[in-house]
Amino acid sequence: MSEFSLYLLQQLINGLTIGSTYALIAIGYTMVYGIIGMINFAHGEIYMIGSYVTFIVIAGLLGMGMVSLPIILIIALVIAIFIASTYGWTVERVAYRPLRGSNRLIPLISAIGMSIFLQNFVVLAQGARDVALPPQITGGWSFGDASSFEVSISYMQMMIFAATFITMTVLTLFISRSRMGRACRACSEDLGMTNLLGIDTNKIIALTFIIGAALAAVAGLLLGLYYGVINPFVGFIAGLKAFTAAVLGGIGSIPGAVLGGLLLGVTEAMTAAFFPAEYKDVVAFGLLVLILLVRPSGLLGKPEVEKV
Amino acid sequence: MTHSKLYSAIFAAGITFVLACLMIGIKLDTDGTQLAIKGATTAQWFWILGGIAVVFFSQLFSRQIDGMFSHLPKPQLGKLIPAQAKSDAMKPWLIAGAIVILLVWPFMVSRGSVDLATLTLIYIMLGLGLNIVVGLAGLLDLGFVAFYAVGAYTYALLSLYFGFSFWICLPLSAALAALFGFILGFPVLRLRGDYLAIVTLGFGEIIRILLNNWTDVTGGPSGISGIAKPTLFGLEFTRKVKTEGATTFHSFFDISYSSSYKVIFLYMIAVLLVLFLIYLINRLIRMPIGRAWEALREDEIACRSLGLNRTAIKLSAFTIGASTAGFAGCFFAARQGFISPESFIFIESAIILAIVVLGGMGSQVGVILAAIIMTILPELAREFSEYRMLLFGLLMVVMMRWRPEGLLPMKRPQLELNKQ
Amino acid sequence: MSQLLLDVNDLTMRFGGLVAVNGVSLKVKDKQIVSVIGPNGAGKTTVFNCLSGFYIPTEGSVMLRSEQIAGLKDFQISRRGLVRTFQHVRLFSKMTVIENMLVAQHRHLNTNLLSGLFKTPNYRRREGEAMDRAAHWLEEVGLLEFANREAGNLSYGQQRRLEIARCMVTQPELLMLDEPAAGLNPNETKELDELIIKLRDVHDISILLIEHDMGLVMGISDHIYVIAQGTPLANGLPDEIKNNPDVIKAYLGEE
Repeated sequence: MSEFSLYLLQQLINGLTIGSTYALIAIGYTMVYGIIGMINFAHGEIYMIGSYVTFIVIAGLLGMGMVSLPIILIIALVIAIFIASTYGWTVERVAYRPLRGSNRLIPLISAIGMSIFLQNFVVLAQGARDVALPPQITGGWSFGDASSFEVSISYMQMMIFAATFITMTVLTLFISRSRMGRACRACSEDLGMTNLLGIDTNKIIALTFIIGAALAAVAGLLLGLYYGVINPFVGFIAGLKAFTAAVLGGIGSIPGAVLGGLLLGVTEAMTAAFFPAEYKDVVAFGLLVLILLVRPSGLLGKPEVEKV
Repeated sequence: MTHSKLYSAIFAAGITFVLACLMIGIKLDTDGTQLAIKGATTAQWFWILGGIAVVFFSQLFSRQIDGMFSHLPKPQLGKLIPAQAKSDAMKPWLIAGAIVILLVWPFMVSRGSVDLATLTLIYIMLGLGLNIVVGLAGLLDLGFVAFYAVGAYTYALLSLYFGFSFWICLPLSAALAALFGFILGFPVLRLRGDYLAIVTLGFGEIIRILLNNWTDVTGGPSGISGIAKPTLFGLEFTRKVKTEGATTFHSFFDISYSSSYKVIFLYMIAVLLVLFLIYLINRLIRMPIGRAWEALREDEIACRSLGLNRTAIKLSAFTIGASTAGFAGCFFAARQGFISPESFIFIESAIILAIVVLGGMGSQVGVILAAIIMTILPELAREFSEYRMLLFGLLMVVMMRWRPEGLLPMKRPQLELNKQ
Repeated sequence: MSQLLLDVNDLTMRFGGLVAVNGVSLKVKDKQIVSVIGPNGAGKTTVFNCLSGFYIPTEGSVMLRSEQIAGLKDFQISRRGLVRTFQHVRLFSKMTVIENMLVAQHRHLNTNLLSGLFKTPNYRRREGEAMDRAAHWLEEVGLLEFANREAGNLSYGQQRRLEIARCMVTQPELLMLDEPAAGLNPNETKELDELIIKLRDVHDISILLIEHDMGLVMGISDHIYVIAQGTPLANGLPDEIKNNPDVIKAYLGEE
């Protein structure tokens, strides 16, 4: 293969890596939207908090002299999921539930307030500057011609793929097999009707926020380790990206969120291959507007039927 | 009953403990090249405990608190405003009086106060503009600051490269911002409201990124400095004449130079612009288009069935709102003399939104009042400045919970039929 | 012989796999009251939604004065003279009655921004005319004395009438009423009955009606179409429908 196509292959791998984490965050948006028809504006901040918790736990365990990396990562994952889910639940409880049934604008504003609050809460608690964690998972696997261009897949990237794959599988099984999962699907079909059937929809809505937050925490752990640097503002742009991914795939559709995340990741990586890296955000946004213009229901979404 | 209250209070306190102890209780720190953690200080632990106590008791007495808020006499603040409907005959006098005070006041106070007042006026302009979009038309715009940036950069660039004056650039800035609003709004306004929120949010970021990276034209992160100040019919407010053949203000009137003339002059322009905007918006809400905005906010489907083109109507609100931001941006650039992308971050959009929400969506007096509170308070309480954004966020949540109509709910100008 | 106003042919609406309306055809002539009846869930409102442009029909043609309007946007259709009311009243409830009437005339007004800002004579004249038209129609439906009330504060029957007045002020050719008698007491129903007849006889309007109140339908309709499960079942004069065995079966089978 030529040097150039190897380079593109490398970008494709990088893009899929980032894309799969976008997909994880996007699922949170898409599930909440599927059920209550609203965007969870604080979702990006939950992801950011997930990253922080991961860093804190890893730094703490390393400081205590623990050496086994897998155990450290598992403990970090469990705690990050737990804390982020608690935040996710709180967001729903404080910013959404009391406002159910009011004008759409109102919970939206309240959620934005929540997002600003959480971001600045972390700024105050942890400081606004970057926090760096030295790479924990190093090394990788590479092929191609070392003299011209070498394509490499780091173990970190492999871990991201594996973790994303496992998470998605668990989620799919949960939604399709479990009682709660069935109730979730019923809610996204018709919330009012499900309520009438005696299912506590408040519980299901809370559960959706918790699942979304847990997935965001997984993404927070993976991306935090991948980049090695976090600050309280990473949630903002990541949230925006993941939302784009959700819309791209068709908001409300979980497979759509995955597809959208991967597509967005690859598009960004390819953009970065040809243009200065700063413009990848511009391209992501352009993609969002384009999708809304041409196919507002997204790639896999159902077109909305208005109830008159 | 009381048992479940107690249970939920304990539960809430437990949740607060979980939320707080890891984020506040443990702090990330760098130890050489390694990342380390350190525990919170005793004082911080007291804060955490205090927070938990607050949550516990507020949950325990949530019903009473809810009751308290709903029993607060609602139009309470409305009474502070000199009777609006009661004395229509008084109204022109009151307005005239207010204008006279606005014009005389700056000569009696310090330069700093006038400067702060000018800043407040800028936020009033922005608040009034966003109020059209959010309050009247019910469209959530989270990237309002982008149009503000467009206005500011329009003036800065036109003045820098082509030497255009402030007064020419003022309408140009508004027009360009409106154009941007039109282009952005066109694809998005057909869709549901939440899409608009997120797309405008993204748009705000994009404008900032472009300004940051298009270094050749915009100067990148270092911005543009030395932007020309406005002139009074060609009179400059500098010590020495800047442009060939012009005269300075103080030499024209043969008075000694004082830098406060410039500050007061800028203030006067701001007052003028704000008055203009207030007049404009007051006309708009009484016109067919203003009625259509409100009708659309009330019931979109009914509007469509009556032959109203919702996209066009929303687009008009969005575009007019954007043009006000462009207007304010142009003045901002002229006042600062220096602009950089730093001034146009998302936080600014959030502050403007907080002004609209606090003031009462749709209410102009409310927005003006809120803009004053939001700019003066942080100045008075500098030591709390780091908590400013935290409180803004909290304020938005709390307002939506207990008083979504804002401090001064909108009083609609109702059109009445005069029976013969 | 009166002219053909609305001509619907083979109207079909599918949502995914679900066929909500299947091959419905109907005709409305000038100065005619035509009713569409059928058991609950027969697809009557879906037909309305297709005609008024809220849905784009999957198949079939909708001709208004021999112009194809299927596929046009909702607001474009209402501008061509076909307006509708809703099963659940949709008023701008925080606005006054007169303001409701003015919003409906939006497209007849001078919406030029500058002329509004400077209150040009033309602008004032148009606003004045709109006021007069609004007052005229409020008088027609007996709501003039409530002109300055908030629409949300009217009684249910008054809200129904306001909704009709608000449609009329757009100067339509065909008025579509979606269950206008729902929730009205017998007295109010009688008033509605008279109003609909007056609209036809005095104001030369055609009316397409969906209704459950058989008394009302049989009393005022010039022609009746029956739909069951999305498909046309029968059509004819009120007396023919009353005695049609299929119709009776469809109703008795359902209710």
